[in-house]
Amino acid sequence: MDILIQQLFNGLTIGSVYSLVALGLTLVYGILHIPNFAHGALYMMGGYMTFTMMTKFGFHYWLAILIAVVAVGLLGVLMERFVFHPLRNAPPLHDKIAAIGILLFLESFAQLVWGGDYLTMPTPYNQVVSIFGLTFTMQRLLIIIAAIVIMIALNLFLKKTFTGATIIAMSQNREGANLVGINTTKVAMLTFLISGGLAALASSLASPINLVFPGMGHLVILKAFVIIILGGMGSIPGAILGGYILGFSESLGATYISNDYKDIIAFILLVLILTIKPTGLFVKGGHT
Amino acid sequence: MTSIFNKRNSIIFFVLLSLIFPAVVPNDYFLYLMTTAFIWVIAVSGLNILAGYTGYLSLAHAGFFAIGAYSLGLLTVKVEMNYWIAFVLTLGITSLSGLLVGLIALRTKEHFFAIYTLCVGYIIYLVIDKWEGLTGGVRGLIGIPTPANIGSLAFDSVHSQYYLVLFFMLLSLLIIYRIVHSLTGRTFIAIRNSEQLATTIGVSTMKNKLLAFVLSTFFAGMSGALYASVIRFIGPEIAYTSVMFDLLMYLLVGGIGTISGPIVGAIVIVWVSQQLQFLQEYRMLIFGPLLTLIIIFYPRGIVGAFISLKTRAQAKKRKVPIVNESLTPTQKQIEEG
Amino acid sequence: MYLETKQLTKKFGGLVAVNNVDFSIEKGKINAIIGPNGAGKSTFFNLISGFHPPTFGQVIFKGTDITTLPANQIAKLGISRTFQTTNLFEQATVLDNVMVGHRLRTESNLFDAIFRTKRLQREDKQCRDKAMEVLTFVGLQNITHKMITNISQEEKKRVAFALALATDPEIIFLDEPAAGVNPDETEGLAELMQKMVDYGLTVCLIEHKMQMVMKLAQKIMVLNYGEKIAEGTPDEIKNNEAVIKAYLGGSAIA
Repeated sequence: MDILIQQLFNGLTIGSVYSLVALGLTLVYGILHIPNFAHGALYMMGGYMTFTMMTKFGFHYWLAILIAVVAVGLLGVLMERFVFHPLRNAPPLHDKIAAIGILLFLESFAQLVWGGDYLTMPTPYNQVVSIFGLTFTMQRLLIIIAAIVIMIALNLFLKKTFTGATIIAMSQNREGANLVGINTTKVAMLTFLISGGLAALASSLASPINLVFPGMGHLVILKAFVIIILGGMGSIPGAILGGYILGFSESLGATYISNDYKDIIAFILLVLILTIKPTGLFVKGGHT
Repeated sequence: MTSIFNKRNSIIFFVLLSLIFPAVVPNDYFLYLMTTAFIWVIAVSGLNILAGYTGYLSLAHAGFFAIGAYSLGLLTVKVEMNYWIAFVLTLGITSLSGLLVGLIALRTKEHFFAIYTLCVGYIIYLVIDKWEGLTGGVRGLIGIPTPANIGSLAFDSVHSQYYLVLFFMLLSLLIIYRIVHSLTGRTFIAIRNSEQLATTIGVSTMKNKLLAFVLSTFFAGMSGALYASVIRFIGPEIAYTSVMFDLLMYLLVGGIGTISGPIVGAIVIVWVSQQLQFLQEYRMLIFGPLLTLIIIFYPRGIVGAFISLKTRAQAKKRKVPIVNESLTPTQKQIEEG
Repeated sequence: MYLETKQLTKKFGGLVAVNNVDFSIEKGKINAIIGPNGAGKSTFFNLISGFHPPTFGQVIFKGTDITTLPANQIAKLGISRTFQTTNLFEQATVLDNVMVGHRLRTESNLFDAIFRTKRLQREDKQCRDKAMEVLTFVGLQNITHKMITNISQEEKKRVAFALALATDPEIIFLDEPAAGVNPDETEGLAELMQKMVDYGLTVCLIEHKMQMVMKLAQKIMVLNYGEKIAEGTPDEIKNNEAVIKAYLGGSAIA
C-alpha cells in the first residue's frame, strides 16, 4: 500500500513535467497546425540555461529559471520568425523536416558548448520531507505545486485577457481570426514565446531530479506527442489530463510491470489509440 | 530525343565510373567509405518511394533498417544459417513487419502518421536495446559473417564487397526507376498530390500506400542486411532516431522525389562528413541548419535545383518557338471542334 | 431512373447538412443543383461520390444501391467528379496529370512494373492515348507538354475536366466549374459541358452563376438549409415562390 501511494506521488511529479511540455506543444499545434519536433530541443536548452545561470553566474534557482524561460521563449520566437513563418504555405512535410533540422542543430550546439556529459543541477530544495509515512524531496513537491500554479495562470491568461482570447480564437479558426482583424503573425510569435517558456520551465523543474544532457529532450518530446494525441491535438485540458495519465501509468508500470520497459508504455499506449482511432482521441470537429 | 540520349549516356558514364572506382582510389578506406555510402543509397531510395513519391513521411525507416540488420545478424550468428538463405529470409521478415506496421500506421495521415511512425521506430529501438537475451542489448551483436561465396566469387575483401553492394544498389535503383515510371508509380504520385483526388479517379489509396510502405521497408531491410555483413558489428544505435535523421538528410539534400536524389545526397554527405571529421559529433551544427535552409529555399534538394536550372535554360532556348506555336491556327480548331 | 437519391440525409454532430433529399438525375442531360452558400450542395455531392457516408437514405445508380461503396469503387462504376479547387500536380506536365486518370481501367501491378511486361507497355499506351483523347476533347491538345504551373486558371479547369473524363465516366459531377474564371471563359466552359452531353455523357453541376445555370441546365434542384425546396425546369424554378423567397431572404445570387 505504501508503495502504491509513493508511486502515485511519483506519477504526479512526472505527470506535472509532462503536462507542462505537452501544453507548449499543443498550443503551437493549435495555432499553426505543425507538430514541432524541435520542442524537445527547447526543453533541453532550458535545462542547460538554468544550469549555467546557477553554476557559472551563481544566480538563485528562481532567477536562473526566469532567465531560462525568457531566453528559450525568445528562441522559440526566432524559430517561428525564421523557419515556420516562411514555410506557412508549404506542404506539411516541410515544417516537420525544418523542425528536425533545428532539433539537430540545437543538440549539436549543446554538445559543443556544454559537452556530452550528464550534469546534475543543484537545487535549494533538497530537503527530505516525510508526511503520512511518505518520504520525498521538497523538489518533487515543488514540481507539482509550480506546475499547478503555472497551469492556473495560463488558464487565466487565455480565458480572461484579450491577448489570450486572440490565441484561442486563432487556434479555432485562423482565417476567421485574420478577417476579424487579429494580427495572426503577432499571435503566432506570442504562442511560440509561451511554448518555449513552458518547455524551459518544465526542464528547469525536472532537472534536479533527473539529469541534464544533450539528448534529454528525446524521450520527453516523444511522450509529449503521445500525450497530445491522447488528449486531442490542440486541446489544452487534454494536454494536462494526458500528461497526468501518462505520468501515473509510467510510475505504476515501473513498479508493477518492469522498470526496463517503462518508457515503452507511452508508445504502446499511442499505438493502441491510433489503431483504434486513427484521428486521435477527442478530435475537434471540422479539422482533418 | 537528344535529351534521352544524354540521360542514357550519363547513366552509362556513372556506372562505368563506379566500376573502375576501386582501381583509381588510393586506399581501401575510401573504397570502404563508398561501400557504406552505397548501402545508405539503398535505404534512402526505399524511404524515397514512400516519402518522396507517395507523400508519407515515415520516421520508422531506421527501425526497419535495424530489423534488417538484426535479422541477418541473428540468423547467421545464432541460427548459423546459410548466408544467402538468411539474406532472402531477412528481406521477407522486414517486408512482413512493414506490412503489419503499415496496415495500422497508414490508417493515420500526415502529422499523425509522422508521430506514429516515430514512436514505432522508438519501440523498435527500445526492444533491441532491452531484449538482451535475443539481441545482446547494448553490447551489440558481433562476428556477423561476410557474404558467403557464390560459386567461385568470394566476398571477403573490401574490393569484392564494394562490387557486391554496387550490384545490389544498381539493382535496387533499376527496380525503383521502373516502378516510379510505371502506372504504379503514377498512382503513388497521384496519392502524394492529393489523396482525395486520387480516390475520385478510382485509386484504392490504402492498397497503394501499403504497397509503397512495404516496398520502402523491403529496401530498408536489404540495406540493413548489407550493412550488417559489411560492418560485421551492429548495436541498438542503428535503430535510433539519429540514424533516421541521417537518412532524412541524405534524401532532402539530394532531392526528395527524384531517383538520383538519394544517390547524390548519400554520397555527397558521406564524403563531406569524411572531410569534416574533425567536427565529429558537432557536424550537425552545419547539417542541421543546412537541412532547414534546404527545405525553405530548395525543397527538392541538389537534384531538384539542378533540374529547374536545366529546364529554365531550355525554356530560354526555346522561347521563340513556343510563342510561335501558340500562334498557330490550333486555337481556332479547338473552338470549331 | 438513372441516378437517384432517396431520403438522403447527412448530419455533422447536431448540424443537418443534407436533409431528406429525394432527387433524380436525368440521363443525357445537364442537371444542376443551386442554392445559397452553405445550403449543403457540396455535401450532397460528397454523399453521392462516396466521400462521406450518409446518416440516412440511399443513393441508387442504374438500379444498384451504391450508398455504402467507397469512393474509388464508385469511380469504377462510371461516376466521376471534380472539385471546387483543382488539386493538380504543379510540377508535372498536363499529360502526366491526366494519364493517371485512366489507371482505374488498367490492371498492371508491381510485377508488370518491375519486369516491364507487355501488359504494362500496352496499358501505358492505353492511358497515354486516353489522355490525349480527352485533352483533345477539352481543347488542350496543344499544351499537353506544358507544366501545370505555366498554364492559366481556365486551362487548369479544363485539365481537371479532362482528368475526370479520363476515367471513362457515364456521369460527371462538376463542383462549381466556373468559379474563379472570367465571363468569356465561363462561356467556353459552358460550351464544353454542352459538348459532353452531346457526346452522350450525363452532367450534374453545382453552380453559383445563376444565369449560366438557367441557360445551360435542363433540370434544376434548389437546396436551402440542406432541404430540397424546388425541382424542375429552369422556367419552373424561375417562377417558384419558395426559391424566390429563399434567394431574396438568403445570401445574394452572384
